[in-house]
Amino acid sequence: MITQNKAMDESKSEVVREAIDAHRDRPGALLPLLHHVQDRLGYVPEEALPDIARALNLSRAEVHGALSFYHHFRRSPPGRHVIRICRAEACQSMGGERLISHARTALGVDFHETTSDGRFTLEPVYCLGNCACSPAVMVDEHVYGRVSAQRFDEIVGSGEPQ
Amino acid sequence: MSFTVYVPRDTSAESVGAGAVARAIAGEAARRRTAVRLVRNGSRGLYWLEPLVEVATPGGRMAYGPVSTQDVASLFEADFLHGGEHPLRLGMTESIPYLKNQERLTFARVGITDPLSLDDYVAHEGFQGLKRALDMTPADVVQAVARSGLRGRGGAAFPAGIKWKTVLDIPADQKYIVCNADEGDSGTFSDRMIMEGDPLVLIEGMVIAAVAVGATQGYIYLRSEYPLAEAVLTEAIAIAYERGYLGADSRGAGRRFDLEVRRGAGAYICGEETSLLESLEGKRGEVRFKPPVPAIAGLFGKPTVVNNVITFASVPIVLARGAEYYSEFGMGRSRGTLPFQLAGNIKHGGLVEKAFGLTLRELLYNYGGGSASGRPIRAVQVGGPLGAYLPESQFDTPLDYEAFINISAMLGHGGVVAFDDTVDMGRMARYAMEFCANESCGKCTPCRIGSVRGVEVIDRMLANRDLKANAELLRELCDTMLNGSLCAMGGMTPYPVLSALNHFPEDFGLEARSAA
Repeated sequence: MITQNKAMDESKSEVVREAIDAHRDRPGALLPLLHHVQDRLGYVPEEALPDIARALNLSRAEVHGALSFYHHFRRSPPGRHVIRICRAEACQSMGGERLISHARTALGVDFHETTSDGRFTLEPVYCLGNCACSPAVMVDEHVYGRVSAQRFDEIVGSGEPQ
Repeated sequence: MSFTVYVPRDTSAESVGAGAVARAIAGEAARRRTAVRLVRNGSRGLYWLEPLVEVATPGGRMAYGPVSTQDVASLFEADFLHGGEHPLRLGMTESIPYLKNQERLTFARVGITDPLSLDDYVAHEGFQGLKRALDMTPADVVQAVARSGLRGRGGAAFPAGIKWKTVLDIPADQKYIVCNADEGDSGTFSDRMIMEGDPLVLIEGMVIAAVAVGATQGYIYLRSEYPLAEAVLTEAIAIAYERGYLGADSRGAGRRFDLEVRRGAGAYICGEETSLLESLEGKRGEVRFKPPVPAIAGLFGKPTVVNNVITFASVPIVLARGAEYYSEFGMGRSRGTLPFQLAGNIKHGGLVEKAFGLTLRELLYNYGGGSASGRPIRAVQVGGPLGAYLPESQFDTPLDYEAFINISAMLGHGGVVAFDDTVDMGRMARYAMEFCANESCGKCTPCRIGSVRGVEVIDRMLANRDLKANAELLRELCDTMLNGSLCAMGGMTPYPVLSALNHFPEDFGLEARSAA
């Protein structure tokens, strides 16, 4: 079995270098640094951890520990768009669970999975602060409210969401 | 002549199309060669009417809503720019009873001003509190906050003045002001509304705190689920720097105060203050043992004021109008107002800022108008995922910290989530345990393991296996979590679970009597 080369390709390591340079001297630099990498690459590559650890004078275990603690950080590339459906109580009271079942069927994936065409990754989220307009869905950085099954299909169905 | 039209730039308003409506209005105005000044205000908090469009008229602001892009042409036809009649016209915004009957102190400007106009802010009593604070000694500022009776609005309701005094009294080379903007409770959005709708009031509150305790650095720890709030806050901070309210000598305070936004990363537990501090330091968000409290050894081991967004945002009006003005609102030991958030299965969801003391029933029916589905409201969860479920028989409880403690519930951050009679309370209890298992930081055993076992026990009950024995086991487990957990995550997860079991035993297959 051929394993993927552990070294990062040039563009990725450039992003990591840029993130390290931008944040290494800030107090509590690790989270801003990881955000910087993920904002650019969509995830935090495993291969970046040694460089990040060295730059912040942390052990790799500490960086890995923080990275794996937070739900927001991903360690593998997502689809082109990330769909987050709220699972919290307010959305449940307005049929959120039914919406989730619909989304799973419509996209053919479960939570934390990516559609086979690479377009969408489905994630659960616990509250988007849109609880008076439940159920709520977030696609990339845009929140949608009062989402019915039909509206969900419109959001993901026609072209790329905004 | 130019017209001023307001279309909110607020996550919820945007979630139902406000952005597209704003673009459509600008486009239609251009097509008609009419000069329209479009202000992207905060939301008034009448969310069932969003997108709510307002027009400035000589007699005040006229409201139209909910407006969709298809309505825009007809609004122009109806001469809405002069407040013309239209099926969507709601009358003067200020006369809408939902809004008119509120007591908006913390939210005084939200929806009214342009969130990113410092001049607009100053024209609406902005920075009056800071001005007063700079004329007072730090001890007097702390004393004013204490006398106002303001308690932490994040949920724990600890007196803000006592916290501030602790930080003031400790000599240290460095002190911090940290704002907890990790608003993770389901059913809450008041922090978000302040940050998107009046970010300068939060900045002013934090500057006053810095002046009062002698801090030079502030952080706003903001959850990653709020990208719009982050964008607005970041811009507001840049404006405050530019105008000298932050930086080298914040408005003549004689000392430096720097402020930045730090983004969380999707961990509910980071709303717990010590976990938040760990996260700010760049670590896993694990809860710390207390003592020492953060006021003594907080961020990077230094004395730190950690308060919620609403707490800081309430400080400017306390200083501007005086502690007595603020403390005249409320009941018992709950002084001032709380911005309640009506959410879930409710007809008129939104923000209701009222003095403490009105009843849950008044909130649900006089403001909320009953359920959205039209079915009876069966249960209400107050205070987020760690708050108790209340049955109809407890709806007359006054909204007051102590009154809620007396019925084994909590007000928390003021979130109120309504459920109609289709809710399955057995499933909601299971969800509470599942949420705890997902979000536990893992440091203490009762929370980390107890929540997983809790899901299993409830699953057995819902499968109708050994009901009585498992109900007893669940109670014992809850007792361990309640008394043995390090923080409120494991310590309060029993609230929704036990309240569901006690008030809705039939949803677990139990008879009312045998469950008690």
